Amino acid sequence: MPNRLSVVDVDRCVGCQSCMFACARRLGEGGLAGACIGVRSAGGIRRGFIVVVCRACPDPPCARVCPTDALLPRSPGGVRLRAELCIGCGNCVQACPFGAVFWDSGQNKPQICVYCGYCARYCPYDVLALEDLTSPPALRATPSLLLTEGDCLKS
Amino acid sequence: MLPDDPLRRILYIDLTRRRFWAADRPDLFEDGLGGAGVAVRLLEEECPPGADPLGPENPIILAVGPLVGLFPMASKTVAMFKSPHTGNLGESHAGGRSAVAIRMAGYGAVVLRGASPTPVYVVVDGDAVYFRDASALWGLRSTDTVGRVIRERERGAGIRTIMRIGRAGERGVTYACVVTETYRHFGRLGLGAVFGSKGLKALVVSGRRALPVADRRAYREVYDAIFRAATESPLMQKYHELGTAMNVLPLDAIGALPTRNLRSGRFEGAEAISGENLARNYLGRRVACAHCPVACIHLAALRLPYPNDPYFYKTTMVSYDHEPIYAVGSMLGIADVSGMLQVIDEAETVGLDVMSTGVTLAWATEALERGLISLKETDGLALAWGDWGTYIRAIGRIVDPPNDFYRALGRGVEYAASVYGGADFALAFGGNEMPGYHTGPGCHLTYLTGARHSHLDSAGYSLDQRAAAKGETLTPEGVADALLEEERWRQVLASLVVCFFARGVYAPEGVERALAVAGMSCSADGLARIGAETLARKHAFKAREGFDPARLRIPGRILETPSPLGTLDEGFLRRAIARFWGSGRE
Repeated sequence: MPNRLSVVDVDRCVGCQSCMFACARRLGEGGLAGACIGVRSAGGIRRGFIVVVCRACPDPPCARVCPTDALLPRSPGGVRLRAELCIGCGNCVQACPFGAVFWDSGQNKPQICVYCGYCARYCPYDVLALEDLTSPPALRATPSLLLTEGDCLKS
Repeated sequence: MLPDDPLRRILYIDLTRRRFWAADRPDLFEDGLGGAGVAVRLLEEECPPGADPLGPENPIILAVGPLVGLFPMASKTVAMFKSPHTGNLGESHAGGRSAVAIRMAGYGAVVLRGASPTPVYVVVDGDAVYFRDASALWGLRSTDTVGRVIRERERGAGIRTIMRIGRAGERGVTYACVVTETYRHFGRLGLGAVFGSKGLKALVVSGRRALPVADRRAYREVYDAIFRAATESPLMQKYHELGTAMNVLPLDAIGALPTRNLRSGRFEGAEAISGENLARNYLGRRVACAHCPVACIHLAALRLPYPNDPYFYKTTMVSYDHEPIYAVGSMLGIADVSGMLQVIDEAETVGLDVMSTGVTLAWATEALERGLISLKETDGLALAWGDWGTYIRAIGRIVDPPNDFYRALGRGVEYAASVYGGADFALAFGGNEMPGYHTGPGCHLTYLTGARHSHLDSAGYSLDQRAAAKGETLTPEGVADALLEEERWRQVLASLVVCFFARGVYAPEGVERALAVAGMSCSADGLARIGAETLARKHAFKAREGFDPARLRIPGRILETPSPLGTLDEGFLRRAIARFWGSGRE
């Protein structure tokens, strides 16, 4: 089932970073190096926050600029990273207008959201939700609480 | 500690020589966990006896702990230094993104030494450190502008801390604070003045490290248990909803809300400045420290018209909490919410500890009323309860003093009263201005015995409130013993740098499990030992620098204004002080 993460209501974001730490923890480690989601202030905390996350574009620009087809478009949207093909050129980082291609400087390869929704489970304020791209848009704002443990730890 | 955990690394920054280096010191963290336990050891190493708090020999230590970056609510940085305000142990804790940023940059602690001959701001970007010229930032009117400028010039948006000072810190006001992430503070005991004395306008830290864990499955289990307790249990609810401002009305109801320099414990304007009223009419946004789902930071949206320009408004977001509301609300007799928020905002702008500011201005108001000083000393300002506009002008004069009186106010109420009289109503304990509780003997004994003379050292106010609710009688010995036990345990939390608001979530068993994930095994007994030892080291530092509990001044005012537990007795307080320090030195 092709999912994607959706920022349901960015105005409810308090900047706690629970989603960022969850994303790294999904890999079994602490810290932030593994995070494929980013939260920053919208020009100072008084103005609230911006949540940077892969929106699973139907025609992803990151994949179009990849010289080795390491980023494989997924139907109906998003990409999958085939790390063995990646040469670490960083074109994808430049191509994403949201800044949602994060970089693993240790491996010198991009870090791409796998649309598992683990982060959304830890959003205490329902800013994030995992939605099914095959369902009609009107029905998509899935409350994060409906996810099960199994859905989230895959990948 | 796990072999690849960067916690063991101490970053040394020498501001005099503009050099930096990192050193591995696993011993410090094995013995002291982190935070306060590590900072006090580094302070012993770095701070020579009798150091001038505003001299280059006074170090600034910033320490975090093993749980930071792994678990929620381990979100505080402990700063230690010699305080220019009290001339003794300086310790202040701040959240924001500071702790996570230091840990993610790959350090357990940062030590700043020396002083820069010209203004600098320092950027720690993972392994690199840059010394940037800050001469153009020196003298900027607002700490907010300092943040804006640096925000645009440096990288690390979203994962950095920008600790900065205002003009109060530049000018050496002894209760100048360090502001971080606009709304959090190393508020008390004058870290801002120490930054200023070093020519250090700001410290920016960022990084994106991975942290190892001992057991991945256990990590997720322990994490989920803590996260659930933080978000679903009632333990954190009060911080989450109204925030600390929820204290205003209950304290007023029992007559424990210090009002007009503690001439009363009740304020007729309490309803107006209450957390309930602020939430109803002003709350504009709630925000969180890094890696804390609670989001206790409450920002009021203050919309103000420009007096001479129709249809021009500005909307300012002002952070409020119980302590600033008490210090410049009830303590100064200000019931006009907008005026109170503007006074808080002015203290933020210039970078003053709002608690010490309010208490100092309350003393000055009473001193003027009683004729100890005149309009000559106040430079023509007729300080009067409730007159927030005049208080804002007075804050400007504390930062840019036109005369000796404001220079004295810039050293706090203890010093000002030593020059102008009125010590009986100068509400400072151990040289530090009073927090917002007059609940009974317990709170005042916390202020007197606490290593930082802060209400958070041992929370005697909750002892008082429990006794009042249950109709129990407190004894000097009972209070002293309970405060000592609480302050020792809080050394453990302050060493783990767990927010004190999360103390209900991080009970000893939970701490043990979380530490095991971080690869540190420590039994409940071991934690208790670390707590007692950390406090003993702080007491030894205080004694070394001349602190004598027998010479603690008890302001007469706290004995005059009845508390909810009745009129306080000096003999009771003295007996408890003697007991506390007697048992503290066993």
